[in-house]
Amino acid sequence: MMDIKKDIKKDIKLLAIESSCDETAAAVVVNGRKVLSNTIYSQIDLHTLYGGVVPEIASRKHIEKIDQVIRQSLSEAGCGLGDIDAIAVTYGPGLVGALLVGVAEAKAISFARGIPLVGVHHIEGHISANYIEHPDLEPPFMCLVASGGHSHLVMVNDYGDYEIIARTRDDAAGEAFDKVARAIGLGYPGGPKIDKISREGNPDAIDFPRGKVEGSDLDFSFSGLKSSVLNYLNGCRMKGEEFSQADVAASFQKAVVDVLVEHSMHAAALRGVKTFAIAGGVASNSHLREAFEKACGERGIRFVHPSPVLCTDNAAMIGAAGYYEYIKGYRSGNDLNAVPGLRIGEKTGVYRL
Amino acid sequence: MKIIGIDSSGLVASVAILEDGIVTAEYTTNYKKTHSQTLLPMLETIKDMTQLDMGSIDAIATASGPGSYTGLRIGSATAKGLALALDKPIVEVPTLEGLAYNLWGTGELVCPIMDARRNQVYAGVYEFDPELKTVIEGCAIGIEEIVERLNEFGADTIFLGDGVPVYREIIESRAGFNYKFAPAHRAYQSAASIATLGAEYFKAGKAIKGDEHAPVYLRKSQAENEGPKHFEV
Repeated sequence: MMDIKKDIKKDIKLLAIESSCDETAAAVVVNGRKVLSNTIYSQIDLHTLYGGVVPEIASRKHIEKIDQVIRQSLSEAGCGLGDIDAIAVTYGPGLVGALLVGVAEAKAISFARGIPLVGVHHIEGHISANYIEHPDLEPPFMCLVASGGHSHLVMVNDYGDYEIIARTRDDAAGEAFDKVARAIGLGYPGGPKIDKISREGNPDAIDFPRGKVEGSDLDFSFSGLKSSVLNYLNGCRMKGEEFSQADVAASFQKAVVDVLVEHSMHAAALRGVKTFAIAGGVASNSHLREAFEKACGERGIRFVHPSPVLCTDNAAMIGAAGYYEYIKGYRSGNDLNAVPGLRIGEKTGVYRL
Repeated sequence: MKIIGIDSSGLVASVAILEDGIVTAEYTTNYKKTHSQTLLPMLETIKDMTQLDMGSIDAIATASGPGSYTGLRIGSATAKGLALALDKPIVEVPTLEGLAYNLWGTGELVCPIMDARRNQVYAGVYEFDPELKTVIEGCAIGIEEIVERLNEFGADTIFLGDGVPVYREIIESRAGFNYKFAPAHRAYQSAASIATLGAEYFKAGKAIKGDEHAPVYLRKSQAENEGPKHFEV
């Protein structure tokens, strides 16, 4: 009965659930591209007190809010569970206790109503946010994923077919933003605060190093840059000199952006890509966008990026990524577990078509 | 009346179906696999075995804490997902009450203890007259302290729970009253106990909307205990 219905149905509606870090999110997405609702409950105020995400507090908040977030998402989309063709849920990477809330909830709904379940990789979700923003975007393209936990250059060869081109060897780009923001007294979260204050600073005031990785032209390293900023601040304190928050922020940010753009363009040239995308929280950074806009423009490469609400952790992007797995027949079982260190391209489900 | 019982608060993962006063199925494991991998497949197995129509259930009873933080949340999220999908209520059954209910009808005091690490146990003291009555409310407490409280009562007591193997020697050396330890088949969490006591609470009108349910941890997170601080970079 279900299969016949599926065959004659034109649109595929996914309910997506995301709880990998400090956002409890649910969304309803049609055919992987059209967002009917995108509900996000952000816990950021709670974690700001502690200078970063506290895993146990995040998990506790997820379990309190998840039902309301799912209900709101369904109601804004104007549909009930009976209209849903599949449930997509983030099962890694992320904080294990946080992931488990979304995974257990999604599995229970799927089981109780006989709705197929699709486990989704969080980063594959970030990349797929570009499908929502740009309805004509199709693979192949290259994507830089930069967030608080990740810095990857990924070649998207086809829907669901990802190839890692480069990764960070130490800190993620967003992590470096958070640490530097804390060191110069801007607080958490660092990304938006550094982005803003940099507008008033001189990006060439301090020459911070552009991190190189031995034996790789493409991999990233941000811990040396972070140390260099800390050394600079210490030097100022020893000499009793005041430092300019705006200049340090702008110079640090320029060093990060330069490295991300340079490595990305190098990789894009090597693979001859015609479209370059960015994704993840750091992709909201206005300086990064401007730099990519310019670099891609000079090389005749189409540059795409999601709007800020789709850069932050959200469930719509999980619905987009889940859709392409769903139509290929990918299904996760009742035993789906959270995998905090899930690798891009790693699958625990099976293709059933 | 049909109630599904769930308990994944400790080492044990347990699910049960209670149908008009009969436990038609119970599936309990105490093995290495994570609850995330076992709990729902176990429920599916007993649902299929008893040909249960999920839409026909009246409520989901779940062990509501205390217990392992992650274990509790796997059970809670499972219960909430079922409740949301089936539009049925949740009945919260405190984990320690569920454990005590394993020994329903005994004339002795019942003291479930669960290992809470950091030199504490989650413990409570209960009696039956014949219904479950709370003597000492569930709390996070030092093992010496709960034995001391029981010494004040001086009544015969049965201990059970996963705290027993950990603290057995301390109990034996400090208890100034007659005590016993529950045998293996009654010593750990049982979803049949959760469902049976849950049915009583359901009849008493204690069911709530799934949205309102969250585990009761009896402890703040470590970060909250230590308070806000400035992290070193």
